[in-house]
Amino acid sequence: MTADRHSSVAGQPATSDTTGGIHAVPLPPGWDEAVRLDEDPATIPDPASIDVPPGLRAEIEGLMSRYPERHSAALPALAAAQRVHGWCSPEAIDQVAAVMQVTPAYLSSVATFYDMLRTQPVGSHYVYVCTSVACHLRDAKSVYEAIERQAVDQGLEDFELREFECLGACDMAPMASIDGRYVGPLSEDDALDLVGALKEGREPLPGRGLPDSGFKLPWAEGGAAPDRPGPPAEPDVHPAGGTWEDAAVLDVPPAEGPPPHPRSIPQPLDPGTSVVPDDEEDSEE
Amino acid sequence: MKETRVLLANIDEPDLQTIAVYERLGGYGSMRKALLEMTPEDVLHELEQSGLRGRGGAGFSMGKKASFIPKGTMDKYLACNADESEPGTFKDRLLMQKNPHLLIEGCIIGSIAAGANKGFIFIRGEYSVQADILDAAVAEAYEKGYLGERILGSGHSFDLVVHRGQGAYICGEETGLLDALEGKRGNPRLKPPFPANQGLYQGPTLINNVETLCSTPIIIEHGSDWYRKFGEGNSTGTKIVSVSGNVQRPGNYEVELGVSVRDIIYGLAGGPPEGHKLKCFFPGGSSAPVLTEEHLDLPYTFEAMAEAGSMLGSGAIIVVDETQPLVALALRLAEFYRHESCGKCVPCREGTNWTVKMLERIDEGEGTPMDLDILGQVQDNIMGNCLCVLGDSMAMPVASMLKHFRPEFEHHMEEARAKRDLAEAVA
Repeated sequence: MTADRHSSVAGQPATSDTTGGIHAVPLPPGWDEAVRLDEDPATIPDPASIDVPPGLRAEIEGLMSRYPERHSAALPALAAAQRVHGWCSPEAIDQVAAVMQVTPAYLSSVATFYDMLRTQPVGSHYVYVCTSVACHLRDAKSVYEAIERQAVDQGLEDFELREFECLGACDMAPMASIDGRYVGPLSEDDALDLVGALKEGREPLPGRGLPDSGFKLPWAEGGAAPDRPGPPAEPDVHPAGGTWEDAAVLDVPPAEGPPPHPRSIPQPLDPGTSVVPDDEEDSEE
Repeated sequence: MKETRVLLANIDEPDLQTIAVYERLGGYGSMRKALLEMTPEDVLHELEQSGLRGRGGAGFSMGKKASFIPKGTMDKYLACNADESEPGTFKDRLLMQKNPHLLIEGCIIGSIAAGANKGFIFIRGEYSVQADILDAAVAEAYEKGYLGERILGSGHSFDLVVHRGQGAYICGEETGLLDALEGKRGNPRLKPPFPANQGLYQGPTLINNVETLCSTPIIIEHGSDWYRKFGEGNSTGTKIVSVSGNVQRPGNYEVELGVSVRDIIYGLAGGPPEGHKLKCFFPGGSSAPVLTEEHLDLPYTFEAMAEAGSMLGSGAIIVVDETQPLVALALRLAEFYRHESCGKCVPCREGTNWTVKMLERIDEGEGTPMDLDILGQVQDNIMGNCLCVLGDSMAMPVASMLKHFRPEFEHHMEEARAKRDLAEAVA
């Protein structure tokens, strides 16, 4: 599976201590890049040689007992190790391999396939913003970009922030999943609050999460749907002449002041007024 | 326009996810009936007679599928497909979150029909809240003795495990699901052998969608004749339709199969926002070829959608209004399938990648009219040439957009090129 479209920005390496006794040099983050062709592939680890946190060992053993075939526990076992280590680090993989008695290579083949198993130390929590078809139709991309901007501005750490494929909540589009708690429908204005709450360890957007008691979609009781950004109703005229679209292509600065944010929709003022529209004030805060 | 609530009849009942409330409303009565008053053959017969068709996408007769499971004493399995990752679909999420015991009862009835003693609910990892609710419900059912050895003193034993996926669309494909359940990468398998003969751990396996299994307790309770009264022709029963995209009230609506598409989109979901009009819609998830305004008055049935050149699929209607550029939509769709292609079959792995590249070229003003022809050819070469239908799932909607809206693609290409030329002339 290609991962090109999905960049993570907010996460900082959770642990970079991947230098085991067998590695002469520190490994770069992400074990799947550290291929050592001069070494033999790792074999099934000796259970006595690897220290596994007792809680994790018990959990994986419990998982294996639920299936007729112990290999079936690979996915939940890797997820359990990820909860302990923050990501599927070489250490985590070795621990699972030792308990399950499979090769680390087998587990790494599994871990690299699934989107929710992290093979990079990008943070031990996640924010997935859905940008799939149904959310795309309701302008999810700009919501993602707003959250991304806020995450960078506010320095959000230990969170994996990425665009995600359809999360199965198109009724609350555009939406995001914060460690499994679905929130929506989101607008760009929610980004500030959402990231701020995550940074302070609060629950973001209380009452607007799918599992919250009394959660209702805004239009559930015959209410009207919230406004959806459409094409600008006003003519597209740049202060320096021509259209904003042409100006963007030609890279013409506006008549005065810094260039507006490329994603904000230009709203020319009515002739004879000098009042700044409310929403522009909000976005500058 | 009103909903016909059968599956969702009690969905607004507070605390329906607890076994006490579920039983107070008559829950697990169908299980008792199936175990104590009916033979497994009767159960299978009722399911076949009901005409219930798979609600996950393929629309194959549920009873027929169960009847393919060989008789005998080998280990047989039931797998419930709760991976629900088809873009636009969110009906199973609602059922599992609000009414998990209905699904458990459905799994038990499915296991009776198939003769399975071990079942798995494969739920996508993103649904962690719903998986926790299911886990709690399964524990309650075990406590009551509705799961485990010799249920209610009958001869039938059934164990049920909630298995969480870790984020891969392809695990919703039945054989990909089996591989993921066996702890491997979720690559689809070559068929035949079909899962009914050799599925999970090489044993006969019945795989059904959440909504399909949730319908079985209702069929057993009221009988197949009652169930057949709903629907039209070979599309019997009710269907939860997930409506999303550019409509005023996105959500899950349960309707009798056979109501018109217009009634669903405009009557229930409120139609496109004020001042906008419908350009096209996906009638059955993002894998279904798009249909246009002229198809709005068709009845929403498996047959009518197929006749119109599309499919009912998972029952997810995604509405696109006139403000949406289709090149961007096709690109977003193609990117999704490129990301989710498991890479096993060349036409899908390469075809999805090339489709993305060509659409990007068109969007950036570097496309030529020939690209549209090649785009169409690439889609033709994907269809029917892979082990599973993931590649087809991109090829069908992209090809249909090209078919219905080719002038828009051409116009978009010209505009993008003019813009690029202008930028180059200045630079």
